[in-house]
Amino acid sequence: MARTLAEKVWDDHVVRRAEGEPDLLFIDLHLLHEVTSPQAFDGLRKNGRTVRRTDLTLATEDHNTPTLDIDKPIADPVSRIQLETLRKNCADFGVRLHPLGDVEQGVVHVVGPQLGLTQPGTTVVCGDSHTSTHGAFGALAFGIGTSQVEHVLATQTLPLAPFRTMAVTVNGELPEDVTAKDLILAVITRIGTGGGQGYVLEYRGEAIEKLSMEARMTVCNMSIEAGARAGMIAPDATTFDYLRGRDHAPQGADWDAAMEYWSTLRTDDDAVFDHEVVIEAAELAPFVTWGTNPGQGAPLSARVPDPAGFAEEGERIAAEKALEYMGLTAGTPLREVAVDTVFVGSCTNGRIEDLRAAASVLGGRQVAEGVRMLVVPGSVRVALQAVEEGLDKVFTAAGAEWRHAGCSMCLGMNPDQLSPGERAASTSNRNFEGRQGKGGRTHLVSPNVAAATAVLGHLASPADLSDVRTPAGV
Amino acid sequence: MEAFTTHTGRVVPLRRSNVDTDQIIPAHWLKKVTRDGFEDGLFEAWRKDPEFVLNQPRHQGASVLVAGSDFGTGSSREHAVWALQNYGFRAVISSRFADIFRGNSLKNGLLTVVLPQAAVEALWELAESDPAAEVTVDLVQRKVLARGIEEGFALDENARWRLLEGLDDISLTLKNEADVVAYEAGRPAFKPRTQVV
Ligand code: SF4
Repeated sequence: MARTLAEKVWDDHVVRRAEGEPDLLFIDLHLLHEVTSPQAFDGLRKNGRTVRRTDLTLATEDHNTPTLDIDKPIADPVSRIQLETLRKNCADFGVRLHPLGDVEQGVVHVVGPQLGLTQPGTTVVCGDSHTSTHGAFGALAFGIGTSQVEHVLATQTLPLAPFRTMAVTVNGELPEDVTAKDLILAVITRIGTGGGQGYVLEYRGEAIEKLSMEARMTVCNMSIEAGARAGMIAPDATTFDYLRGRDHAPQGADWDAAMEYWSTLRTDDDAVFDHEVVIEAAELAPFVTWGTNPGQGAPLSARVPDPAGFAEEGERIAAEKALEYMGLTAGTPLREVAVDTVFVGSCTNGRIEDLRAAASVLGGRQVAEGVRMLVVPGSVRVALQAVEEGLDKVFTAAGAEWRHAGCSMCLGMNPDQLSPGERAASTSNRNFEGRQGKGGRTHLVSPNVAAATAVLGHLASPADLSDVRTPAGV
Repeated sequence: MEAFTTHTGRVVPLRRSNVDTDQIIPAHWLKKVTRDGFEDGLFEAWRKDPEFVLNQPRHQGASVLVAGSDFGTGSSREHAVWALQNYGFRAVISSRFADIFRGNSLKNGLLTVVLPQAAVEALWELAESDPAAEVTVDLVQRKVLARGIEEGFALDENARWRLLEGLDDISLTLKNEADVVAYEAGRPAFKPRTQVV
């Protein structure tokens, strides 16, 4: 029978199938971090269990880690306890860990792919919803809760209820100033924060095929913001080129065998999706959010919407609450919204291409007075690459702060936070109330828009910079 | 896990949709390394407002949360479930739940019940007009009952059975050890490994 990509990967991992029971799936790669694992290790200890496959498990420290003074003891005692707990758990159970200060440390979803551990046709899980990032390689990758983390540690499997499949087809070519982030923000606004519920999304079509691996990760990363279980993109030459030669990519005869398998990982021509969404790339433009969920977004050229314009009552109330929290007035052009802070980083947009994009806009320009800009690489490897390319110098010369790798201001768990009422343009993935710090207001944007916004002090795209153009430095 | 058969209690009407897990339990609470003690963090930001529904004396001691659609979106943090349970909720009713949240709650014995929006509205109105009114969430019959309200709900048979029996997934899976061993024996050599053991 004709199958979709997601169904093929699922079928290849069924350990046990029985009538009336969820399928038991084998997990190829289990990623851990300090926040969602302590109670799981605790559960193992209580029941006298071990980690079944330490060779399929990897831990990093990211959510609580500071991005300044990383050689000093962590100031917040509770953060310190959580990191120390992870270190002890990994040591006790034999799990490989990349702690703060290690060259492979970084945001878990940046580290897995860059090590070559995330491969087509694998199942990848992590106690973190943005595990969907790894679907960019044609992996079936999804976030799990702590009970499931414990389940995977103990058994390397998960009982899972079946999902539905949705094709998100993006036809044509993206306009020059439109990035993967704009694309996914537009998709989320289109299908809504609950629209993907129960689905695995498969992004396809010309615009998707032309995306680099890093841009594909940005797209799949935010599948969860559309409510989806996972996002996937069929592996192709771009995927294979990215993987070849990476630390954990197969080599020699294994590479050939892997390639043979990977090449089968496409949705069959006559396979049927449960739902399909078609988007014309040419109609897309730089996109920003104005509200407090990622589905409340609009093109940068639009105005803050009037809640009265929403036909559905729930949406209208949500929009009213959002504008109140965000301190915005309906009808204000989004371009006139002034920001205090700009954050470039996170597992959505903290990879080297994102930093290059931000640097190319900032080169030869200055961060506006009164605006604080933080640039936080997604991993130490990304940071080293950026330094090699001189990007750190571009950022600091423009007046931005160049920080150490971690989740940083993506969520208020470490010292990098917004203060109440502070407004940020952020390349991260969630604009929820208080996500970036109590009372903080977040506009989700692409790295290009983030950089242009930093220069002008209000939401802007690089095209708006033509009048302040100085020779670009990179 | 504590078994869930049937539960009767009063209702907290939470007239909000898209309640994400960052609202249910803010990130700074995630630093705890235990499963308990999260009750004070539940809806922490909203509870600063004395008018917030959870703060109203008339809803104290209620054990069934009835919320707007898309409850539990966002971060996968299971702490959201623990916080609801630590606070005293046994069941949450909404017209739609985020997948990960729903999975997490069922694994911890917090029953998530999907009802049509009209039934959610009816429960809100009941609880607002009569905070002492009780609702019964009956997993045996798969029904929600309250004054003037009787609504069936769906839950897949396997999940229901595990809840009714209070069964823990890991023990169930470990019974199928032979299947796991057989699967592992057939895995291709090119699959990635994080370390040599
Ligand atoms: S960068 Fe943000 S979204 Fe990504 S793992 Fe860290 S906290 Fe989560």
